[in-house]
Amino acid sequence: MVAIVDYGVGNLFSLKSSFAAIGVEVIVTADPEVLKNADSIVLPGVGAFEDAAKKLRDSGLDKVLIQLAGSGKPLLGICLGMQLLFEKSYEYGEHTGLGLIKGSVKPIKDVIPAELKIPHIGWNPLEFKKETPMFSYINDGDCVYFVHSFYAVDCDASVVAVSEYGALLTAAVQNKNVFGCQFHPEKSGKVGLNILKAFAEIKENEIC
Amino acid sequence: MITKRIIPCLDVRDGRVVKGVNFDSLRDVSSPVALAKFYSECGADELVFYDITASSDGRKLFTEILRDTAKEVFIPLTVGGGINTVADFDRVLKCGADKVSVNSGAIRNPNLVGEAAKLYGDQCVVLSVDIKRVNGVFRVFAKGGREDTGMEAIEWIKRCVGNGAGEVVVNSIDTDGVKKGFDLEMLDAVCNAINVPVIASGGAGKIDDFITLFKELPKVDAGLAASIFHFGEVKISDLKAEMAKNNIPTRNSGF
Repeated sequence: MVAIVDYGVGNLFSLKSSFAAIGVEVIVTADPEVLKNADSIVLPGVGAFEDAAKKLRDSGLDKVLIQLAGSGKPLLGICLGMQLLFEKSYEYGEHTGLGLIKGSVKPIKDVIPAELKIPHIGWNPLEFKKETPMFSYINDGDCVYFVHSFYAVDCDASVVAVSEYGALLTAAVQNKNVFGCQFHPEKSGKVGLNILKAFAEIKENEIC
Repeated sequence: MITKRIIPCLDVRDGRVVKGVNFDSLRDVSSPVALAKFYSECGADELVFYDITASSDGRKLFTEILRDTAKEVFIPLTVGGGINTVADFDRVLKCGADKVSVNSGAIRNPNLVGEAAKLYGDQCVVLSVDIKRVNGVFRVFAKGGREDTGMEAIEWIKRCVGNGAGEVVVNSIDTDGVKKGFDLEMLDAVCNAINVPVIASGGAGKIDDFITLFKELPKVDAGLAASIFHFGEVKISDLKAEMAKNNIPTRNSGF
């Protein structure tokens, strides 16, 4: 069973429906015990980094996630959920993340030409950088759906895919059993469902 | 390279898809859920559900249909029609909508765009504008294109983007239903005034109209149409193949 972390950030309807559509049992929860017993965990998120990080800390879920990720349980962060996996974010100030992946989060406006629109909204092809079990069922060049104004930097060691939007932006990351997608697999059609399917098939302690 | 989006629009009344030609005579087409699934599988990049129901029963039915669709269709869904308050945003977002399009509601309540953007983010708020030339001036029309508000369209759009509208759908009443191509002059004027995604609507009759749109106006992000897709006059797969042939970036596989 996949557990989706419910910490009061974002709309989980589509994510829940996506797992149901690929026949994966899913539960939306904030209960540490349920998270412990799940086969894998998805950390969603939409909105502001500071607010989301605070909600994780206030509920104590930050420590639970760090501990479970440390014990080898597959964890997938989506969009803001991915950004939270990093050490820190410079989204309106400087804020601390979970520190499960080395690197930080910065505004895309610092690196893309001024005439490009922000947020980066739309379908953009993935350029694979490294092999990852997350991409077992998709192809290099497949398009996924992005909605974001910030992106992960200084994380070369964990980047598994980038996407070009005036600059090469971090699109997906992996550090052992911890995975992240800047894009929304639950809104990326068949390609997105295939990413969720591949993630759900990754077993605890399969990757060390 | 970000791809140009192709967006079928489904006008829904009493649980069925209909399409207005010049906003008047409506023709029944198909079931919204089935049509949405069909479009998603042939490569539509996004879907717009437009609720043209007037009754509260119809509105409830619409919300149920939206939920059923969002359970089966995993591409971005935008919902418009009957959005007058942030409570309306909440109602459709909870049923699986990703973005909410406001039109007359934003005209009636000038604070709506700002309030919604603050609560749900700019990316969630789509401003939809029905525009018609009156004595050579682009004017905003309300109530499905029936009422001249007297407002100048470009100023209105700039104001709403300033308040947090994250995308703008430009629907030209002058070209809508005529099938002779998008309103390039109007779209160009809007693109030059703002720096958020612009979605062209009204006037597409054939594949070439989309090719012309994206070639002539590279700043336009997406093309929206309804009846030509519903009646099979333009097949989305053919359209995307033609876009690729013309070097227009398009999502052309993995549906």
